[in-house]
Amino acid sequence: MKRALPIIASGIVGLVFGIGLIVSGMFNPAKVLAFLDLAGAWDPSLALVMVGAVAAASIGFAMAGRRGTTLLGATLQLSSARNIDRRLVLGSLAFGVGWGLVGFCPGPALVALGTGHIKAFVFVAGMIAGMLAFEVAERRRKSGLENVAPEQIHPTTADG
Amino acid sequence: MHIDWTAFTPWSALAGGVLIGIAAALLVLATGRIAGVSGIVGGLLRPAGGDVGWRVAFAAGMLLAPLAFTAFSSLPALEIDASYPMLIAGGVLVGIGTRFGSGCTSGHGVCGMARASPRSMVATLAFMLAGFVTVYVVRHVAGS
Repeated sequence: MKRALPIIASGIVGLVFGIGLIVSGMFNPAKVLAFLDLAGAWDPSLALVMVGAVAAASIGFAMAGRRGTTLLGATLQLSSARNIDRRLVLGSLAFGVGWGLVGFCPGPALVALGTGHIKAFVFVAGMIAGMLAFEVAERRRKSGLENVAPEQIHPTTADG
Repeated sequence: MHIDWTAFTPWSALAGGVLIGIAAALLVLATGRIAGVSGIVGGLLRPAGGDVGWRVAFAAGMLLAPLAFTAFSSLPALEIDASYPMLIAGGVLVGIGTRFGSGCTSGHGVCGMARASPRSMVATLAFMLAGFVTVYVVRHVAGS
């Protein structure tokens, strides 16, 4: 049960998260692009999605931080990386360009894929190809760094 | 800039946002993990990942969300106007960018901001800026 509970919880969380994306409007690329189009007919709705999400999430992180463990007593797996480097900035810029081209970020794309929409499928296929390209690049970089001290290697644990 | 008040949906945006935030709060309290979609999906592509179960469960929950939603109400509009070449280019950029940048709108934009992480604030500023500039170029410079 101790092993199954976090998996069941993750499934429920994915469902609630997905419903939140649908309710908020983020699930619809046209609405996302209307938010990103500052020079056009601007739809500021998505700023409020972020306000609501960050407010609710910060309560959960504060509770988890105060406990120091999960409700089941397991350790928290939160990134402690603090370095602001080229990978972080260039990666995020590339993500923003892709987001602006289509109006999908990873969460809404997965939810849209759940409707069976062919265009969501094509986008997610491209996204997974991009993620695989990252894995290949990472493995090459690591094998090139085998003789280097571990502290010189960038942390690769995902923040999110 | 002019605001399109007819398209503005403040209450559903806020309510949906709170649901997303509650989901992120539940995940960290139940599993100690960050609800970052790119990290959760990307971790499945790592052969030495190990912790597959919770990632698959989370992704399955997201995929089932439209079906669950239709039990209560009809789905809102899903308008994907991008052409197929644009969908592929955008998808690849989002995939590579979120992995090199260690997160996306959920991991950095929601969870990281909620934890006041300086890395996430920089990442969020970067992808928002790139998104604004890209839409400006596509719609107002390159487009007619």
